[in-house]
Amino acid sequence: MTPDLPDGVERRAFGGDDEWLATRGDPVYGEPTDGEWRRWDARRSKLGAMFERGADHGLEGGETVLYLGAAAGTTVSHVADFAGPTYAVEFAARPTRDLLDAAEPRPNLFPLLKDARAPETYAHVVEPVDAIVQDVATRGQADVAVTNRRFLREDGRLLLAVKTRSEDVVADPDAVLESVLETLSEGYEVLETRSLEPFHEDHFGVVGTPR
Amino acid sequence: MTNNGGAESPGMTDDTGRGWFEGVDPTDLEGAREAIERGTAEEPAEWPARAVEAGFADDEADYYDLLGEATTSATRAAVREAETAADRDLVSSVRAMDDCERVANELAERVAEWAGRKREDAGSGVAYARTLADDEEVEDRRLASLAERVVALDDEAAALRSHIERTAPEVAPNLTALGGAVLAARLIALAGGLKQLARKPAGTVQVLGAEEALFAHLRGRAPSPKHGIIFTHEAVSGTHPEHRGSAARALAGKLSIAARIDHYAGDRRPELETELHDRIERIQARDVE
Repeated sequence: MTPDLPDGVERRAFGGDDEWLATRGDPVYGEPTDGEWRRWDARRSKLGAMFERGADHGLEGGETVLYLGAAAGTTVSHVADFAGPTYAVEFAARPTRDLLDAAEPRPNLFPLLKDARAPETYAHVVEPVDAIVQDVATRGQADVAVTNRRFLREDGRLLLAVKTRSEDVVADPDAVLESVLETLSEGYEVLETRSLEPFHEDHFGVVGTPR
Repeated sequence: MTNNGGAESPGMTDDTGRGWFEGVDPTDLEGAREAIERGTAEEPAEWPARAVEAGFADDEADYYDLLGEATTSATRAAVREAETAADRDLVSSVRAMDDCERVANELAERVAEWAGRKREDAGSGVAYARTLADDEEVEDRRLASLAERVVALDDEAAALRSHIERTAPEVAPNLTALGGAVLAARLIALAGGLKQLARKPAGTVQVLGAEEALFAHLRGRAPSPKHGIIFTHEAVSGTHPEHRGSAARALAGKLSIAARIDHYAGDRRPELETELHDRIERIQARDVE
């Protein structure tokens, strides 16, 4: 079963033969546009790749979202285009500067310079959400997802990009994924796991729901 | 609609903690920024509804407008503070460390020269100044005191080094992983900041710190320098002189990619280390004439 794309995400040709994901909003990083639509390149976005790979994302559009690991805002800007209130957490100061630029024309995108491993430092700002999107390329990715479970509504979705080479460069990617899934099971029921190749090597997309 | 201050906000405190807006005047951006940056709560709550209930916002749309203004402003301030502070701190630390080491060495030479005229066991360097400072039998108070300054400076240099090793991974995680904390700090200092380093081509990074040799070369008086400060990296110094140019080029290439990732993206890319390691291994395995 290939679930539909959320409302506000479409496939468009951008004048070529191939179809690309697209959302409606102000361009952020020099991506091609077609009228109000701007291209969302799955090779530059783990969530985009999850959509392309047909993940059971459960999003309909308009959801309240907590995005962990927003970096320069490439993906989260697309999320804010189709979602409702979108909270973007990023720990590193430098990429957050670009995230602020992405937030500027998006009144529903709330940037926060916070450490995703310390949810108590932003729980006074972030409300309970329908979806958590996580793309943090550091050790302890699963721990971050587990400790942020407190934000997710009972019927909400976790959309997690696992970078199997973040945990340990030399370890076998399958073993890394297995240990991530084991830790995740402390807080989530994992609905599916799929590779994000050919868009992203050594990455998996995991969909979960609170246990 | 009343605007209640934090002190008397009724029923707004339960075990989930207080929302950022509680006790903040909606027109006080400074206060909102402070609350977002420093506030905490164990659990999230339906903040938009609560804010309306507390009279902070007229309705949810109004709340989100205020939230957008407050988060953007708080985050902008926090970014500016974090960036400039961390960058400058690292640059100052590495310069101060070099100063301490240089002065300690100069003074240690003076100590050795002085002691050489008075004592039979005179040695040299900071290590000798250290034995002299510990030796209670030294009659000359001034000589002993000077030796103590050398020790203090040398200790300060060591303390600065561990400070650099702690802070460099925060400022430039990939650059530090590839080059080590001190080399990362030196490159940032030579370029004038991480942003400036990220904008330099790899060929410039390769000769940073060898400006004198580079300008001599440009005036046609010398061969082009193969490496600047990156010579201190094992990948270059540990390679046979014949292949050092290749090693320096490979290392500089990876270091500038790392600097760009650190400046523009900020995430860790452990694969860079593997790639560099493999490349250097292949260069070092080449035959030597």
